Amino acid sequence: MTEIDAVTLAVLKGRLEQIADEMDATLYRSAFNPIIAEARDACHGLYHAETGSTLVQGTTGLPIFVGAMAFAVKAVIDKVARDAASGRDQLRPGDTFLFNDPYDGGTHLNDFRLVRPVFRGDAVFCWIASAGHWLDIGGNVPGGFNARATESYQEGVRIPPVKFIREGRLDEDIVDILSANSRAARSNYGDLNGQLNALALGERRLTELLDAYGDNTIAAACAALTRRAEALMRENLRAMPDGIYSFEDYLDNDGVTDTPLRIALDMTIAGETMTLDFSRSSPPCAGPLNIAYSTAVACCYVALKHLFTDVPANAGCLTPVQFIIPETTLLGVKAPKPVGGYTETILRVIGVVFGAIAKAAPERAIAAPFGTINALSLAGHRGDGSRWVMFSFFGGGLGATPGCDGLSHGNNPISMATMPPVEILEASYPVMFTQWALRPDSAGAGTHRGGLGAIYEIEILAESGAEAFLLGERGKFAPFGAGGGGPAALNRFVYDTPAGQQAPPLASKVVDVKIARGQRVRLETPGGGGYGQPEARDRAAVARDVRLGYVSRARARELYGYDAGESS
Amino acid sequence: MSGILIGVDVGGTFTDLFLFDGATGRFETAKTSSQRGDEARGFLAGLDALGRVAEFAAIVHGTTVGTNALLERKGGKVGLITTPGFRDMLEMRRRDRPRTWGLAGDFRPIVDRDFSVEVAERTLADGTVRVAVDTQEIATRARDLAARGAQALAIVFVNAYANPANERAAAEAARAVWPNAHVIASSEILPEIREFERASTTALNAYLQPIVGAYLNRLQGALRERAFAGEFHIVQSNGGVMSVESARRRPVRTALSGPAAGVIAASAIARAAGFENVITADLGGTSFDVSLIANGATTLAAQTTVDFGLVIRTPMIEITTIGAGGGSIAFVDRGGLLQVGPESAGSVPGPVCYGAGGDKPTLTDAHVVLGRIDAERPIGGKLVRLDAEAARRAIRAHVGDPLGLDAVAAAEAIVRVADARMAGAIRLVSIERGYNPSDFALMPFGGGGALHAAALIREVGLKCAVAPRFPGLTSALGCVIADLRHDSVRTVNLMLDDLDAAALGRRLHEEGRAVAAVVENAGVPVERIDVAFELDMHYLGQTHAISAPLEVGPGGVTGEAVRAAFEASYQARFSRLLAGTPVKIVSLRATAIGRRPRFDLTALAPRAGARREDALRGARPVWFDGAWVETEIWSRLDLPVGAIIAGPAILEQPDATLVVEPGQSATVDPLGNLIIERGA
Repeated sequence: MTEIDAVTLAVLKGRLEQIADEMDATLYRSAFNPIIAEARDACHGLYHAETGSTLVQGTTGLPIFVGAMAFAVKAVIDKVARDAASGRDQLRPGDTFLFNDPYDGGTHLNDFRLVRPVFRGDAVFCWIASAGHWLDIGGNVPGGFNARATESYQEGVRIPPVKFIREGRLDEDIVDILSANSRAARSNYGDLNGQLNALALGERRLTELLDAYGDNTIAAACAALTRRAEALMRENLRAMPDGIYSFEDYLDNDGVTDTPLRIALDMTIAGETMTLDFSRSSPPCAGPLNIAYSTAVACCYVALKHLFTDVPANAGCLTPVQFIIPETTLLGVKAPKPVGGYTETILRVIGVVFGAIAKAAPERAIAAPFGTINALSLAGHRGDGSRWVMFSFFGGGLGATPGCDGLSHGNNPISMATMPPVEILEASYPVMFTQWALRPDSAGAGTHRGGLGAIYEIEILAESGAEAFLLGERGKFAPFGAGGGGPAALNRFVYDTPAGQQAPPLASKVVDVKIARGQRVRLETPGGGGYGQPEARDRAAVARDVRLGYVSRARARELYGYDAGESS
Repeated sequence: MSGILIGVDVGGTFTDLFLFDGATGRFETAKTSSQRGDEARGFLAGLDALGRVAEFAAIVHGTTVGTNALLERKGGKVGLITTPGFRDMLEMRRRDRPRTWGLAGDFRPIVDRDFSVEVAERTLADGTVRVAVDTQEIATRARDLAARGAQALAIVFVNAYANPANERAAAEAARAVWPNAHVIASSEILPEIREFERASTTALNAYLQPIVGAYLNRLQGALRERAFAGEFHIVQSNGGVMSVESARRRPVRTALSGPAAGVIAASAIARAAGFENVITADLGGTSFDVSLIANGATTLAAQTTVDFGLVIRTPMIEITTIGAGGGSIAFVDRGGLLQVGPESAGSVPGPVCYGAGGDKPTLTDAHVVLGRIDAERPIGGKLVRLDAEAARRAIRAHVGDPLGLDAVAAAEAIVRVADARMAGAIRLVSIERGYNPSDFALMPFGGGGALHAAALIREVGLKCAVAPRFPGLTSALGCVIADLRHDSVRTVNLMLDDLDAAALGRRLHEEGRAVAAVVENAGVPVERIDVAFELDMHYLGQTHAISAPLEVGPGGVTGEAVRAAFEASYQARFSRLLAGTPVKIVSLRATAIGRRPRFDLTALAPRAGARREDALRGARPVWFDGAWVETEIWSRLDLPVGAIIAGPAILEQPDATLVVEPGQSATVDPLGNLIIERGA
């Protein structure tokens, strides 16, 4: 392999990342559904020809996809090998694969991967891939977050890796099958086209770069970048004291049975390696809170990238990390165990990695973020009979760190998603927000307090009312503090009924509750955990929190020993 | 053009002034030190240096007072009156976070929570007023906010874009009791859907009103003392000028005033030199700013993020900034990769070679070590000489040793990595937007741009570089050149399929008349006023809209013309049209441009009778591509029109250094610009 000098490498790193970033930007701008266009639930990159491991990742991609993509590409590589061995099919230039199989390198059914080989001569130089969250892919619940699913089949249509562009010719029959199985066929079709735009652009840009610098130089640059990420990760691990650090947290329930699910991590630091052992976690559950092995690894990657921000986003940073994720736990399930609520589980996995690291390296601590996506769907029919589905994820507080308070109303660590404006939602659906506000007393106390969660209250304006669906968490187990900091408030969901306000029996998970016109649903989200002993919080900061209403007087007295006589 | 016209650009370090006498064609420049927090001082000192202020016909000003107040969080105390349930809208943002990786970071909105109050009122998305505003309650709340110390008031109601009635009533009631003129309602500043962006823009406007207002008062007072009776105007972020009165009411439109003026000047210089397609590149101490001009038109961005959570949505010249400037620090990261920036040594302590205590090597230090910047004659005139030896030591220690390179090779590596980052920014605004770089000329300005122009045209494959005759004065010159301009946007939410084209046509004419009136009433002589329209449209279901330019004749518009305009713009951007998918018109935009009399740039051209040989200053070794090359040094301003300089060469002038690489050649054009062309 060609050796590469440090300067060319620095130049090429930027060029390669720019390709992935440009693919991201192309999809964001041309996508149809707001989950990609506004919430940026998508990612693109370059992947190793033989192993599928991540060579180059953009700087804007959805973090959880960034971690999962290598598995997606590997799934296609395996399929190509199977087909070649059986004589069924051969890989050719111009081929592109499509799939959403969560058990074979996916995450949940809404996330569609497009994977394309980039050929140089007769050989695959590398793969490029695009992942994006499609609005609806069938199943019992519009938008896909079926809190009561007990089998994958209730969550939507599962597509294994299939060749849907053959030597440049798109198989319209496959598009027809997809369209026939979705409530949002037009939106999906628009997103598919956006992803194809992104792949075409990525292939063109990469080809230009290969022509300019030579294949060997680019290959050497990719290899060097991977080696450097690995070296940095090893250095970070070496700096932590050897030992076994354990941390546990719980999910409220699986949406079917009201029993808490344990996510337990035993993290071993030994020299410059790390082992993440999740064996003590709960067994697979009946409801959709399971995840596949690849998803579990992907979310650990996300956690590590948040903790070690200086390590570049490529496969090298996982090389020194071992995973023990048995099939006997809910973190390593196979088909057809339901996985539609995977977001909640991975948020808890990320949390326990933060919790374990806080023990091993307190200076790197991040207290628990709010830890639930609160996938809320409101759906109904308009006066003219047409169906409307308002679907969104909601925000909460981020955890405090040794350096500062947590961010109020942030997004989850698995994404950079922003929320659609209230005015866009009100213009699109027959709803009216009566509250879009910070939630006082929702943050964990600490020397640095967590960020505040939010209150969203929505009144239904549709004549015929609406049905509400929610897949959320943290209704029973609050986001934890770190380094002596306190926990945040619990998630709380209530809705109006003729008999008064009601909370669902499974806390933050409901399917198909009827809400009449003029009635409201109200979601109160958790803040982030606090960091450090609350008594050590700067008195002026406590006084300010009270003056601005972030913390009530009563809670300030209880948590911080604040005396109303103290002035700000 | 008659009378004496003055352009004033107050930058971070220097205030630049440009005087042009329309009667005689004479021009003059002045440079004074800027002072943060007292920007008026440098402004006035510069004016006085240029002559008798009373004799000046017009002063046009590019200001960073607003920008600095935003970046340093030094605006006024703002009160916010809003819809029930929405008092936290500024703090909640769009639920984002500062960085993709890493969760640390806090945010403080510019309105404190106890200065954000809710009043009974509600408008629905279709414009229906569900709860009318109570003007008594507004008056009470406004009085209370003012009594508690608010200096400016922002009024933001949900769905005010659809029906501003409640906001208007509230603004009127508030103005009746507010102690000053700083009251602004969101529908007055941005009647566009998206409450956070509108609220942020409105609140930031209120935040700047007291600061910018006081600054402008101070300048106006000082001008009056000097018996100045001419016109005084301010450059907006969109590259047009506006009256001082408008600037006082809409200071948020000055956020990018200075840089915008630079782009306007670059555009005018390029056009005069025969280049319609230009990428401007301004290399300052901490950043590299690029902007694209296609077919003579600057590119506008709909919004910008000043800092995390501080969004301004108002049309502004699209300037892409990366943290790579002369003061950017070079270092080898823990993974062994050479990085340049974004951390900067700033102007204090500055690069190592300044000898002011800086010990981290910067891009400027690398240029000194490579012989590109003459250590004995630094530009800017502040320092007598630069400490090249200290620069060499720092580069060897911080970059050379970790990479196994000697000081010179390490300096070359720093310049290459910086070039690559700048090239990335140029690709971002050109290739990524579908433009072919070989159709574009690079126009470097600012003190350092011309050091990199030669490398950048090679690296990106640009047609050539056009170095203006006075690269350091471009923004001040832009103030003198800029046209008047006013933009408006209004959300309409119409489906194209059942469009009432006649009604849309009437609405466009109305908007057109309104924006033209603003320009007309600014009191500046213009040759004519051009009005242009755009419709923001998307396929139903998409959330990002495309701005499609639209011809609006006296007879209005047709549905077909609107569809054709949308499809042309969509195809240019994304290639795939989606036949059969309904199209929605989200907003309409109108722009009025008051064309000022053309400024004749031949005023800047080299004097007749100059001789090429008189401009040669000698030679020195300069490092190019791995070797020291004996390189001719030229005095740039002494070169005559038509002079051709073969690379390698260094051209020096008081405010800039220009590099021509081996194999390239440079020609002085009739206006005194230096055109650097790639070799074969």
